[in-house]
Amino acid sequence: MRFARSIGVLVAAALAATGTARAEQVVKIGVAISLTGPAAVYGATQKAGVLAAVDHVNKSGMLKGVKLEAVIEDDASTKEQGIAVFQRFINKDKVAAIIGPTLSNTATAADPLAQAAKVPVVAVSNTAPKGITDIGDYIWRVSLTEFQVIVPALQRMQAKLGFKTAALLYGNDDAFTQAGYAVMKASLEHTGIKIVGTQTFAKPDRDYNAQITALKALHPDILMVSALAENAAGIVAQARQLGWNVPIWGGNGFNAPAFIKNAGPAAEGVYVGTAWNKVSPDKVNQDYLAEMKARGVDPDQFCTQAYVGVLAIADAIKLEGGKGTREAIKAGFAKVKDLPTPLGLFSFLPNRDGSHPPSLQQVQGGKFQIVQ
Amino acid sequence: MGQQVVNGLFLGSIYALFALGYTLVFGVLDILNLAHAAVFMLASFVALTLVGRFHLHILLAMPLAVLFAGFLGLLLERVAFRPLRARADSNISGLISSLAMATVFEAVALEVWGPNISRFPFGTVPETQLDLLGAVVSRLQLTIVAVAVLLFLVLTWLVKATRLGREVRAVAESPRAARILGVDVNRAIAAAFFISSALGGAAGVLFGLAFNSISPDMGRSVELKGLAVIILGGMGSMPGAVLAGFALGLTEVFVTAYLGASWRDAVSFTGLFLILVLRPRGLFGAAALREA
Repeated sequence: MRFARSIGVLVAAALAATGTARAEQVVKIGVAISLTGPAAVYGATQKAGVLAAVDHVNKSGMLKGVKLEAVIEDDASTKEQGIAVFQRFINKDKVAAIIGPTLSNTATAADPLAQAAKVPVVAVSNTAPKGITDIGDYIWRVSLTEFQVIVPALQRMQAKLGFKTAALLYGNDDAFTQAGYAVMKASLEHTGIKIVGTQTFAKPDRDYNAQITALKALHPDILMVSALAENAAGIVAQARQLGWNVPIWGGNGFNAPAFIKNAGPAAEGVYVGTAWNKVSPDKVNQDYLAEMKARGVDPDQFCTQAYVGVLAIADAIKLEGGKGTREAIKAGFAKVKDLPTPLGLFSFLPNRDGSHPPSLQQVQGGKFQIVQ
Repeated sequence: MGQQVVNGLFLGSIYALFALGYTLVFGVLDILNLAHAAVFMLASFVALTLVGRFHLHILLAMPLAVLFAGFLGLLLERVAFRPLRARADSNISGLISSLAMATVFEAVALEVWGPNISRFPFGTVPETQLDLLGAVVSRLQLTIVAVAVLLFLVLTWLVKATRLGREVRAVAESPRAARILGVDVNRAIAAAFFISSALGGAAGVLFGLAFNSISPDMGRSVELKGLAVIILGGMGSMPGAVLAGFALGLTEVFVTAYLGASWRDAVSFTGLFLILVLRPRGLFGAAALREA
């Protein structure tokens, strides 16, 4: 494999050498992200990540004779706009590959167009377990599904705390928190942890004392909560007020600054799984952080995943000997293995989902810190 | 078990406090002031701003916010109810105009404080926990239950024993007869609104302190419950509102704990339905026979 890759690099170098006389080949990447609408908060940081990665690749000279160019369009967090942008990318801009769209919901509507037109897509923030990469062989994904994040993080937490039983609390009137609950349940079963009790609440609820008291009486070793940030703070605060010091695991909804702000001291010690270990001492990650700092960007997980999406495309082009066509990029994706990225060593799995080590983080001193 | 009783009494005291003001206006005017939940929310935000931005002590900020809520009540009465009072269908139109005011209040809150959840700064109230026969109770929770009972007693005294209270009750009986007997009807109604909204405001501030989540839509979680409580307790009956508040709180807690939260509202509102069918005047309502 390594041998094959070095050959690839040699071929690329040879091609580049012969190609210097020619004009540089420009490979266009369509970037469909939510710059407006409910997901705009993610789109803004994804844009920063994509632009940084394109500059990084072009400056590094890793693709000799090939210049990446990002065409960024707003999918407006909707299916309709997502479809319109994809059509433009495929037919008008004639991009070689597409990054995005931001939301899984939009992806389920827009990705089939790319699949039909045989344009490779890299999802960088879709985490829905089903309905993304199974659309077809042109749809690939960098972002880990929640299941991929929770299982290893849960195992790490279990190795630390050695628990055997868990109780679950989740919001059952919201698609996001309900999906989060399903993943938690599956992850617990997968890890062999017994679920001793389950309670629910609704989004407008502010009093969770009844649910928490009922779960507390069952004496689980940990409490797993799938809630939006607005409910999360209240739940954790009330659990601690009731004098329950059980370790708490929060779902994706906890991954918000508002949670720590509103829960205050009660947030201390809460565990959350995350795809990106921001403080990883790994050189690739440290270089990336320095690069982003120079650009005046404070990167988050979404920014980093978008950055890695571009790196994956660049690596695919490199592995295909510098060919930046739609078919070449798709063929190259299948060979991306152990690519050094800020997310850790990144590979595409046979089912086209991404794979890299996730992390476990814990609130310490009012901030999320990575649990080593 | 003991803990759940504490949880239920605490939740019930919030409902009772909210419903007390609700039922006062309902008893006097025979109409629902649907902006009560919005006043509840605004008072909470005002207290938050006084504590957070102007660094007032909560013991000073709370009375100011309650006063503010009282004046909001006067505004409500003047804008949403008084202009419509002479009309034949003033009950329905008042209901709708109060709903309009509620929407305006919520929009103002959205504009001023934003849609996100805010909370009182940490340490606004001392967070000390007490052990009560094996159940954990915070000092704040005890305070809230005590305030609910205290305000109920004060309100009862006000309505039963003062001149203002007698005037309000006279207006409740018959505005025309009251006017003939020399009662300033507008003044009595305005006073009822002031007291009612001040109580709603007090409930809002205490709710904000207890759950630390103040948002423009916070009133929604108690609005319907408050309505249920005043129907259950007998419309216009203050002891009824308090007891029904505690009953609803306890019911909710035990249904949540033993059947699951999804059943909570179904059970509470089925109970409400049965009361409406079997005992329409509620648990403590006077027989609803008022000859016009």
